[in-house]
Amino acid sequence: MKRIYMDHAATTPTHPEVLEAMKPYFSDIFGNPSSIHSFGREAKKAIDDARDNVAGSIGARSDEIIFTSGGTEADNFALEGIAYANEKKGNHIISTPVEHHAVANCLGFLKKRGFEVTYIPVDSTGLADPEDIRKAMTDKTILVSVMHANNEVGTIEPIEEIGRICREKDVYFHTDAVQTFGHMPIDVKKLNVDLLSASAHKLYGPKGVGMLYVRKGTKIVPYLYGGEQEMGRRASTENVPGIVGLSKAVELVDGSDNGSTEERIRQLRDKLINGILSSIDDSILNGHPIKRLSNNVNVSIKYIEGESMLLRLDMEGISASTGSACSSGSLEPSHVLLSIGLPPETAHSSLRLTLGRWTTEKEVKRVLEVLPKIVRKLREMSPLTSSPSP
Amino acid sequence: MASGYSKKVMEHFAHPRNVGIIEDASGVGKVGNPVCGDIMELFIKVDNGKITDAKFRTFGCGAAIATSSMITEMVKGKTIEEALKISNKAVAESLEGLPPVKMHCSVLAEDALKAAINDHMIKTTGKGLPGFKLHEEHD
Repeated sequence: MKRIYMDHAATTPTHPEVLEAMKPYFSDIFGNPSSIHSFGREAKKAIDDARDNVAGSIGARSDEIIFTSGGTEADNFALEGIAYANEKKGNHIISTPVEHHAVANCLGFLKKRGFEVTYIPVDSTGLADPEDIRKAMTDKTILVSVMHANNEVGTIEPIEEIGRICREKDVYFHTDAVQTFGHMPIDVKKLNVDLLSASAHKLYGPKGVGMLYVRKGTKIVPYLYGGEQEMGRRASTENVPGIVGLSKAVELVDGSDNGSTEERIRQLRDKLINGILSSIDDSILNGHPIKRLSNNVNVSIKYIEGESMLLRLDMEGISASTGSACSSGSLEPSHVLLSIGLPPETAHSSLRLTLGRWTTEKEVKRVLEVLPKIVRKLREMSPLTSSPSP
Repeated sequence: MASGYSKKVMEHFAHPRNVGIIEDASGVGKVGNPVCGDIMELFIKVDNGKITDAKFRTFGCGAAIATSSMITEMVKGKTIEEALKISNKAVAESLEGLPPVKMHCSVLAEDALKAAINDHMIKTTGKGLPGFKLHEEHD
């Protein structure tokens, strides 16, 4: 049975051309970019070219791009780097309750170290209000961190407006763009951001590499100490194949008329959303209906639990994700779903399907065929079902 | 997730036994809560001190469904005394083991059975099981 992969928000397959581009950097061009000899120089050239390419794709200068081991490191670097570099100026940080754990848990750590964190609420679709951020600012505020788009429910945040307020108030602004980089046009000047995190494996690049954009002049301390790599801001011998892979993934996005790819995915997404909502009673869409990632479907299907849906889908060869606790190892359901106001049992009933550039209409149709049957079977077993036949 | 489940667990999940309700049940146990995402309802029919039928309904993950299915199988034909001896470990063992994070589902199944027996005792004698207490986790 051919499997159907609907979990692109978790990770994407590496594009074959990306893999080809990376191969020479394992055995042929294998030098350490810091070495003076020819092996080093050719490796250095590869990462310089990658840097230029990645910078250009977001309207940044090359020296504003720092390669990291992924989105998580970029987020940690941004938050701790700004916090510790600016703590004499202030100790207040503003963020939202729907951030990815790489931001949320890092903020939790900073709180323990004496920083004050204000979480401004989001509405029932997951949207933050820029005015709430303005109101929360004090003369001790040094950083605002709001994700570009939410990985669970897909909601796209008003980054430009938030950034404008931060500029006005002279406060650093970081955005976790892990779910948007490579999926929509990004111009760091337009977005008014000082820092931006991204990860290669969300856009058909390899796992283990990402980047942090840091606007020139930003006061930030390094995250990793050691050698002088990444302009003295992130020590460690560079992951040359990974960096080349990231750059190639970016190049493939830019070159492929990404607008029409994303539009095709968006139409399949809407087909899936409408199909689910119309064929399954007591199902709701989570997240904003319009300001939404082109590939994200997140629904709550009442009276049944998320992990049991995933297991049944997996038995049919369909791979998806859920905000239910059962699949996360804790007893608490997704903090994102709770923050948008879902009662716990509705959060436990969530199903996330995220499409990719190779998702076909046939696959969407198959999911729409299979899911209602699964729901019916699970609802027959459920003590919460209001009526005998769903 | 699915990679942590034994074949037996997946068997009971894919083909659960004894799903449903018993209209004139001798005892009903309802445990769990929406906050932690597991709710189990266990129905038992008791004749002359023996459990002659058992059915369940569960809102929960693969392990929750499998443990409730397994426990209905285990109690059929047992006396009340024998049923009271069924521990969550026995349920997990019958399923060839559960991942550590899922052991609480077997605890919930044990609680559901005890709650059903407690309900039966109150219905027939006016008094519940001596010392009956649900495990704290799901309060």
